[in-house]
Amino acid sequence: MNLFKKKIIPEQSTGISFTKKRIRWDDFFAEKIIKGVAFLSIAIIVLIFFFVFRESVPIFTSNSKADKAKADSSKVNIAPVSKTEKQETYGAESNDSSPKQEQYGVTTEDKDQKQEQYGVTTEEPQKQEQYGVQTNDEPKQEQYGVQTAEDTTDKLANKEIKTENPSVETKTEDNNKNALATLKSKDWQPVSDNPRYGILPLLIGTLKVTLISILFAGPLAILAALYTAVFANKRMKEIIKPAIEMLAGFPSVVIGFFALMVIASVLQSVFHYSSRLNAFVGGIAMGLAAIPVIFTIAEDAISSVPKTYYEASLALGANKWQTAFFVMLPAATPGIFAALLLGIGRVFGETMIALMATGNAALMGLNPFESVRTLAATIGAEMAEVVFGDTHYNVLFLIGSMLFIFTFALNAFAEFYVKGHLIKRIQGK
Amino acid sequence: MIKNRKIDIKGFVIEGLTLSSALFIIAIIIFMLVVIINGGKSAFSWEFLSTFPREGMTKGGIFPAIYGTALLVIIMSIAAVPFGTITAIYLTEYAKENSFLSRSIRFAVRTLAVIPSIIFGLFGLGFFIKFVGVKMDNVFLGGALKWGQPNVLWASLTMALLTLPVVIVAVEEALKTIPRELREASLALGATKWQTIRRVVIPGSLSGIMTGTILAVSRGAGEVAPILFTGAAYYLATLPHALSDQFMVLGYHIYVMTTQSANVDQTLPIQFGTTCVLLLLTFTLNIFAIILRYRIRKKKIN
Repeated sequence: MNLFKKKIIPEQSTGISFTKKRIRWDDFFAEKIIKGVAFLSIAIIVLIFFFVFRESVPIFTSNSKADKAKADSSKVNIAPVSKTEKQETYGAESNDSSPKQEQYGVTTEDKDQKQEQYGVTTEEPQKQEQYGVQTNDEPKQEQYGVQTAEDTTDKLANKEIKTENPSVETKTEDNNKNALATLKSKDWQPVSDNPRYGILPLLIGTLKVTLISILFAGPLAILAALYTAVFANKRMKEIIKPAIEMLAGFPSVVIGFFALMVIASVLQSVFHYSSRLNAFVGGIAMGLAAIPVIFTIAEDAISSVPKTYYEASLALGANKWQTAFFVMLPAATPGIFAALLLGIGRVFGETMIALMATGNAALMGLNPFESVRTLAATIGAEMAEVVFGDTHYNVLFLIGSMLFIFTFALNAFAEFYVKGHLIKRIQGK
Repeated sequence: MIKNRKIDIKGFVIEGLTLSSALFIIAIIIFMLVVIINGGKSAFSWEFLSTFPREGMTKGGIFPAIYGTALLVIIMSIAAVPFGTITAIYLTEYAKENSFLSRSIRFAVRTLAVIPSIIFGLFGLGFFIKFVGVKMDNVFLGGALKWGQPNVLWASLTMALLTLPVVIVAVEEALKTIPRELREASLALGATKWQTIRRVVIPGSLSGIMTGTILAVSRGAGEVAPILFTGAAYYLATLPHALSDQFMVLGYHIYVMTTQSANVDQTLPIQFGTTCVLLLLTFTLNIFAIILRYRIRKKKIN
């Protein structure tokens, strides 16, 4: 509003001086404060980036000396000490069960998946090998024995021991260095005696889910947007548009719940795959979350195509649908592209649906009916029980900053490139 | 008869396709509503809403979760609404339309709106708890652990950041509906810019601020990811009575009951009931906001 730019100069008809302005302090301060507060939203973005990234920095810097000293001391001390120390943290956090427990919680509904997940957590044989190498301490052997004994009998007992095992085996190596080296590996096994933080399976899982959900939500939302913007009469439009935008008001945990309870069962009975919760179910559920985003922006883009385009096309003898598909849609392409990008951003960072409906197993395969573990879900599931300042903690923050950078770039791209393009195209330049 | 048009089957099919995809989406929404409300109906009672969970959360109500959600939403609104309103006022009243600062603020707000909610959770943990909270403990309490751990204050502030763009967008839209003539008249009468804003612009946009608040509350009540590790608790025997306490939330309660509890089947009615409560809450708020917004838009046209 540049209407305010001109200062209104009160009665100075005496003609003394026009340059002498009375400073109104309340006005002055109000403006400064408002400007300062508004500026804070930029500051928040910077702060978010800074603080999320800051926590992940220790992976890159080699503060290995302190770690080594710690590791050495724990090596010298016998296992029980480190055990109690570790157990404390686990005990304190026992409210939020570990990701493994969660997997079990999910799988109690289905036997097939249970088997699969057992197959996934192949740390056990490896662990056994290492035990074989390092079996100098008696307590460890004991535990190993217990594990194999219980393995077949009781799942719950097995679970407990499994979560305890890594705590007995405190990381005896320089973890930070290791972490950086294992980032590119193919396993995500943060809680084991030889932790590996391979984010590749998580990345593949995320991309898989994103692809499925965009393939589901994209066409559906764009066609619906086309109908609302071109074909629908005014009354229909006033019903359909708010109705679809209602979907944006569904909390993601509710959509996740619906996916877990209903979509998973329905899709399984249709497609007959083995694991009940998988990338496909998660993708469809996240598609539901992405539909209102894509729909709203795409509808805006199609509606903002000038009416003259529409009329000119009709005047040239084209049908309504020809106009819609060969005139309106191409003219709005950049906007629709932006809609899809923002939809991708929404799905990429979706946490609760991923936690509840994708099965949460870090697999590498490309089969859409396998369980997957997405980046965001990994943070959500594991952050609650990591030890503060641990390598695992830092890696989770690293994943967080990756997510942040990705969505930031996506948004910036949609904002500057696509919108500039759209304006140019519509103005015919 | 010149007007002998043949029926355009192709066009009919294509138009039907677009219509059916729109109807399909609406059908999914209705189906979701029906399934969840139908499932939650049996658990729904006054007792369910007003009692604590009992017997390892397999029986009883969800009162602490409702209370915690209300607490979260209130503190969040106290933080987010003034902040968002002021930012919107700056953008519409003070900033020059295409200045670098206003463009960057707009970009920042839009970015805030698309950042995944889990990132806010990480930020809450890294900034509020591990930075501000720990510093506060060191300065005021000599290192005793009080603020440097998850609690309702940090969770609410984290949530406030998440809902900030919602408030800003809604208020800005309302501010734009105030006729330019009103502002000019106020200025012509000798009021200063700040007086104009305080006496003319803000009262005129109260319904917009209201819409923004409702939408923010609806969003904040439903989000779980930002509070996963900034304050939400699995189970608490008492209600939170200080800002440094943890709290239970409806959304987190659903998540916990469906995926983390030992006997999922036994608690199915509670899960459906809790989901139903949360859904009805956000849904009613949303409808309310839509009606308010519709009225604001109507005012703009007239």
